[in-house]
Amino acid sequence: MTSISSDFVTALPEIGLLAVACVVLLVEAYNQSRAAVYLLTLTGLLLTAALVVFTGAGVPVLAFNGLYVDDPMGEVLKLLTCFSAIAAVIYSRQFLTDRKMLSGDYLGLLLFAVLGMLVMISANHFLTLYLGLELLSLALYAMVAMERDSARATEAAMKYFVLGALASGLLLYGMSLIYGLTGSLELGKVAEALHFNVKSEIVLAFGLVFIVAGLGFKLGAAPFHMWAPDVYHGAPAAVTLFVGTAPKLAAFAFAMRILVDGLQPAHGDWQQMLAVMAVASLAIGNIAAIAQTNIKRMLAYSTVSHMGFLLLGMMTGSLAGYSAAMFYAVTYVLMSLGGFGMVTYLSRTGAEAENLDDFKGLNAHHPWLAAIMAMVMMSMAGLPPFVGFYAKLTVLQALVGAGWIGLAVVAVLFSLIGAFFYLRVVWLMYFDTPPAESPVYGQHAGDAVMLLSVNGLAILLLGILPQTLLTLCALAVQMSLR
Amino acid sequence: MDIKTLYLVVPMAPLAGAVVAGLFGKLIGRTGAHLVTILGVLVAFLASLLIFQDVLAGHTFNGAIYTWLTSGNLSLEIGFLIDRLTVVMMLVVTFVSLMVHIYTIGYMADDPGYQRFFSYIALFTFSMLMLVMSNNFLQLFFGWEAVGLVSYLLIGFWFTRESAIYANLKAFMVNRVGDFGFLLGIALIMAWFGSLDYQQVFQMAPQMAGHTISLIDGHPWSLLTVICVLLFIGAMGKSAQFPLHVWLPDSMEGPTPISALIHAATMVTAGIFMVARMSPLFELSDTSLSFVMIIGAITALFMGFLGMIQNDIKRVIAYSTLSQLGYMTVALGASAYSAAIFHLMTHAFFKALLFLGAGSVIMGMHHDQDIRNMGGLKKYMPITWLTMLIGSLALIGTPGFSGFYSKDSIIEAVQASHLWGSGFAAFAVTASVFVTAFYSFRLYFLVFHGKERFHNAHAEHDHGEEGDSQGHHGAPHESPWVVTVPLVLLAIPSIYAGWPYIEPMLYGGFFGSAIYIDALAHPAMAELGAEFHGPAAMALSALTTLPFWLAVAGVATAYYLYMVRKDLPEKIKEKAGIVYAILDDKYGFDRFNDWFFAGGARLLGGKLWRWGDVAAIDGVLVNGSARLVGQIARISRYLQSGYIYHYAFAMIIGVALLATWFV
Repeated sequence: MTSISSDFVTALPEIGLLAVACVVLLVEAYNQSRAAVYLLTLTGLLLTAALVVFTGAGVPVLAFNGLYVDDPMGEVLKLLTCFSAIAAVIYSRQFLTDRKMLSGDYLGLLLFAVLGMLVMISANHFLTLYLGLELLSLALYAMVAMERDSARATEAAMKYFVLGALASGLLLYGMSLIYGLTGSLELGKVAEALHFNVKSEIVLAFGLVFIVAGLGFKLGAAPFHMWAPDVYHGAPAAVTLFVGTAPKLAAFAFAMRILVDGLQPAHGDWQQMLAVMAVASLAIGNIAAIAQTNIKRMLAYSTVSHMGFLLLGMMTGSLAGYSAAMFYAVTYVLMSLGGFGMVTYLSRTGAEAENLDDFKGLNAHHPWLAAIMAMVMMSMAGLPPFVGFYAKLTVLQALVGAGWIGLAVVAVLFSLIGAFFYLRVVWLMYFDTPPAESPVYGQHAGDAVMLLSVNGLAILLLGILPQTLLTLCALAVQMSLR
Repeated sequence: MDIKTLYLVVPMAPLAGAVVAGLFGKLIGRTGAHLVTILGVLVAFLASLLIFQDVLAGHTFNGAIYTWLTSGNLSLEIGFLIDRLTVVMMLVVTFVSLMVHIYTIGYMADDPGYQRFFSYIALFTFSMLMLVMSNNFLQLFFGWEAVGLVSYLLIGFWFTRESAIYANLKAFMVNRVGDFGFLLGIALIMAWFGSLDYQQVFQMAPQMAGHTISLIDGHPWSLLTVICVLLFIGAMGKSAQFPLHVWLPDSMEGPTPISALIHAATMVTAGIFMVARMSPLFELSDTSLSFVMIIGAITALFMGFLGMIQNDIKRVIAYSTLSQLGYMTVALGASAYSAAIFHLMTHAFFKALLFLGAGSVIMGMHHDQDIRNMGGLKKYMPITWLTMLIGSLALIGTPGFSGFYSKDSIIEAVQASHLWGSGFAAFAVTASVFVTAFYSFRLYFLVFHGKERFHNAHAEHDHGEEGDSQGHHGAPHESPWVVTVPLVLLAIPSIYAGWPYIEPMLYGGFFGSAIYIDALAHPAMAELGAEFHGPAAMALSALTTLPFWLAVAGVATAYYLYMVRKDLPEKIKEKAGIVYAILDDKYGFDRFNDWFFAGGARLLGGKLWRWGDVAAIDGVLVNGSARLVGQIARISRYLQSGYIYHYAFAMIIGVALLATWFV
């Protein structure tokens, strides 16, 4: 173990973010300027991103007696988490201002949520994992409930909180079983213990079931997904945007830490559990999305199906599979930012652009926005030349490479079904007549449009030239495995 | 200049013209379009002349210019085979094309699609040159399809006319049938010879002569026979041989210069050229030669009959073209390849002349094509009259004219052939001489002599016709010089191209190794050569032969019926009711094709659409699965009840299931 001071250097991004979050709360208490907290939040996130880059070591570094790890995969994910949060803040600025939600309270919670994610990403210990998870979750519960007058939001927060508590309970129970079996909470040592000596297969399997169930809840994989549609639907669009994007990166890291770093020796067991969850997610996500009329609900189910794909990549247990899953997570966040960002951007005071009907004839009013949304939707459907195609392709390649051809066929079939509801949005935007009195299209925020354009073009560009990002993910995973 | 560059210039110059006129037609205007394409074709013609000189000096060429792709030991190349057969075709194609280009300036003067037209015909010249210059089957097929495409575009050039669209669709579909056989033939060559290069295939052919394949179990067929018949089916489509001839008469819907260039002089002879080029293969299969000869004989005779009753000036010449193509095919079947190519050449001149002359008449008649409305045009259109007369004399084989030498050689070659079916073929080509003479001079007398009938005719039906800047009710007028000059330039070889060339081309070994004849098995040409004593003797001795007197009889009959006893044709028509009805119905081919193939395909398509597409694919697979998905989606929506305890219950159930499953 290294000295205390170098431990702190390793955790500098998190420390910096914590400081900024506290400052935001202080500024909120003594200064009513919205612009100040807004800019401070963005600066804080940028600063954190910069610290991630500067403290990056290129090799896994343990800190705080094995509680904490800093490795390339974590660095890449943290960086993307920060950027995703920045994008979410910029997309939702006008939305929050309109609803008088742009305050230190909200942004402080958001920063604490990001802090929770960073901790999860860098956790090397059941305790730190749980600490990060709870920090994230509590902040998110509060954010969902932020719109206090809205019964829908309050109900959503309540559901999220209760079910989240249940999931945390399951997770903790699983962790305790594993602790009982191995005598350690540190992931590396758990793996070591499992590798050499498993006292009871039944206890291990039970522990795994509860841990996987908890993970499934965080990811939003079936059958632990049922909170997602209600929460995504009930929360204000800006919160949905945040909930649906960056936390998925953290959840992916969380799964990688527990399953790969900690429970790799039990790969044979959790592989099948993931496969079951993946197929269930693909089926429920893609099919239920078709029946939705609310785009936030539809995207919630779409998230469920994407998580199915992500799980398929992880379950292969191969390097290719892990990097495919990471690529999928990154791609998913990029596309979700575009999709939820558009919903948030198009909403205006008193009305959210949340129904599919609200997108009818969007092309007639806002051809450029319609084009971006079309790219997002086609990418989500997995059509070339967009990045979503490569995300699906690499996962399928990893699956076929590991010999799971049947699963690959199932995945393709369900994404085929899924293509319907994505393309329906495109059809509505381009070929349907806009309603006489348009309920949406309220905002005129140049910064958001510009960022949305960058977002949409990135989806296209990465689809044409996916190699850089693919290599980055593969390298990051490869250099971080122990 | 390097000779290889010169080879490349020949097809590329017209292509450049076509591209410029096609893409920048608006920019360069009408004059620009015809100048640039005529320049391209002129360059190609002059280059062909130079190459001709070079080849006569003994320089042949066979090699790849550009390798397109290599796959295994198969390489697909763009290559040229320049030998005496090729240069003859190159000269014919570029010369006739040049004449037609010039003529078009006058004929299409008022057409809004002027630039498009020039672009198409230059593109055609390029495609045809690629076809004849090819040294491999792939490029041959490329040229084959490219000329077919341009032909399709040009038949439907006036694409607002329903009849033109019908005609080009018909031409396209009938040619697909032929191309299907052609492609199968090429595929068989590819499969058995492992190469698409002419030279390699020809070298291997004798070893393949004994090979058999069984298409149906237990019935071995000679490989080469199957290949040759399949290739010839391609030629039947392109060269409009029975029963794939049906598209050619309808192709007259295209502008007249096209009828002259594509549907008489060049493209339709591609099949003849191809078989001549493949002589090393065809020589090895007597069965296929017999097949070729019989098909040609049927075409020569029976298509000629149809020409006797047509009243549209272009259709008469179209049926005459069919009949003459039949002659060439018969010559191929008799192993008289050089005679076929010789007739191809002379026919290109006089048939192009006849078509262009007919176009000139049509212009003079203000776009009326019915010969019953003409008569006495000699006075008004002297140049057209004289050149048309020359063309007709050449066509019927008047001794001394070019057509005489080529046609008589074919008749003699068929008589000397000993293949199965040569007896019928000899009868058909001989009888056809009378028919040819009759319909040619029926046309000639009705158009240029006799009473001037156009005054009445115009008064009757001119009002519905399309506009004509010359005015409707004026008398016929001679065409401008851009029209008459090509007529004169084509009339010269129509007279002259036989006499000096028959000896070297047929008997002097002009074609050298380009055409291969198995002299022991097929001695027809050799026997003819032994009896040949020079062109003058041939012309003199013709006066004592049957074909000559048949031709005279044909002319005399036409004169009697249409100049002396003008009431007789109507009477004959009434008496010979059923025969006339059959001829008028064109033997019922069009009706049969429409009913059986087009109707059958539509019926089959309708059934497949009804039961296959609508019921099985749409109904069960697409809509059925969509309905199923929709139902499951509704159920899943119902499960998402909104009650928190339901959700928690689902989670617990999930854990329980996982636990029972894996523990």
